[in-house]
Amino acid sequence: MSRVLLAALVLVFVQINMATANQIRLAVTSSFHNSGLSDYLLPHIENDLKFEVHLLVVGTGQAIKLGENGDVDAILVHSKPDEEEFVKAGFAKHRRQIMFNEYVILGPSSDPAQIKLSNNLLEAFKRLSTANTNFVSRGDLSGTHKKEIEIWEKIHFKPEKIGAQYISVGSSMGKAINIAVAFDAYILSDKATWLNHKNKGHLVIQFEGDQLLHNQYSFLPISKNVHFHVKSKLVEELEKWLVSGKAKKLINSYMVQNEKVFTFNAN
Amino acid sequence: MNEILQGLVQAFWLVISLDTELIAISLRSLYVTLTALLISTLVAFPLAALIVVTRFRFRRVVIAILNALMGLPPVVVGLLVYIIFSRSGPLGVLGLLYTTSAMIIAQTVIITPLIASVAHQSMRELWADYRDLLISINTSKPQRIGTLMWDSKRALITACLAGFGRGIGEVGAIMIVGGNIDNATRVLTTAISLETSRGDFSLALALGFVLISLALSVSFATHWFGKTERGGLW
Repeated sequence: MSRVLLAALVLVFVQINMATANQIRLAVTSSFHNSGLSDYLLPHIENDLKFEVHLLVVGTGQAIKLGENGDVDAILVHSKPDEEEFVKAGFAKHRRQIMFNEYVILGPSSDPAQIKLSNNLLEAFKRLSTANTNFVSRGDLSGTHKKEIEIWEKIHFKPEKIGAQYISVGSSMGKAINIAVAFDAYILSDKATWLNHKNKGHLVIQFEGDQLLHNQYSFLPISKNVHFHVKSKLVEELEKWLVSGKAKKLINSYMVQNEKVFTFNAN
Repeated sequence: MNEILQGLVQAFWLVISLDTELIAISLRSLYVTLTALLISTLVAFPLAALIVVTRFRFRRVVIAILNALMGLPPVVVGLLVYIIFSRSGPLGVLGLLYTTSAMIIAQTVIITPLIASVAHQSMRELWADYRDLLISINTSKPQRIGTLMWDSKRALITACLAGFGRGIGEVGAIMIVGGNIDNATRVLTTAISLETSRGDFSLALALGFVLISLALSVSFATHWFGKTERGGLW
């Protein structure tokens, strides 16, 4: 029996080594995937570069952790302070801006907190802090969650003070929206995920268009100095592709429900 | 309610049109869980029989632990397997993380105690009847184990089905160690989770119905091959 097991184990390793030679792993934020952009770009990438890109769809917090552990070859995330720290700690050689979209505040169509009337984002959040309405928070230290925390801090308010109506769900963007739909709650979301989301319920975009809601996505290749096994060459090719003219054209022309959602801004 | 109907219709069309992605995902689900099941039975059955026919000091403790491990939370198993097979973990050099092999390992850990416990329980009762006979005709230990396993085969099949059920519907562990990668480690349960997060409930439900029918067909196939409930066989 032990011989059979050994043979099976060898077989497994052979199979894996054959499979992993021509592929890289990229941890991406759930919004990049839930928005549908990854499904739109990947066939082009694999066709042009002739290798497979395996996507791990996680929150920014987890993506960074996976990068630190060397379980992925590169990460595509959206939380600038974390990214800079990541580079500073030596896990990535550099941080490359790729594109941006924007965050929006979703809320019930009746808008009980009246945030539609706000002049700016901070005012909208102030109204939310006193309005006695449900608010769903990602609660998973993802880029979106970090953005939400940043805004609360800017108005010097601890969201826990809202009490039971502050619902921290610890889920991906899409699942958090599902919960917000069920609770008729307000929620901070990136616009692309929302437009591509099928279960919209009574929620609508109640506030958008503040420069604080800018959502920058960056590409960070894991440094070979820290994890010698990363496929730096393939990652470099991918990075070149992501900042190329073709990527620019594809990203800028990606539409969800007739709306352009991502803007290419690689430098 | 409307979504359940839509889900049924969509499941029907997915199956009828032989959707290639659906077939690949379903086969991967089967591959992962059946392989895990095979390894589990190779470990669990002899282990259970051994515990039945031998008396040793911490036997009771071992049995209690085995029973308790039936409730091992998959998400914890997933996390442990992740930490072990992560590039920064002790077995990271193997590069097994985010492959179906890692998923098989995680499911094997989850299923084995369950199968061993069920198998142990049924063989223990049989042993009470067989003990005097098997000892009086001077059988060796492997012979006793063989007899017990053969004569409790129906119960062992039930143990397998329970293990299969726990594995095929499991999502917590394989999501962590498999990563739900398209065309590589996506299986039915993780695909359902993904479609739910996209708010596409009818597609998620359709996949769910496919999963249920898969489990049903495996169960039917087992009974058909085992020729249970037929004629003079009980």
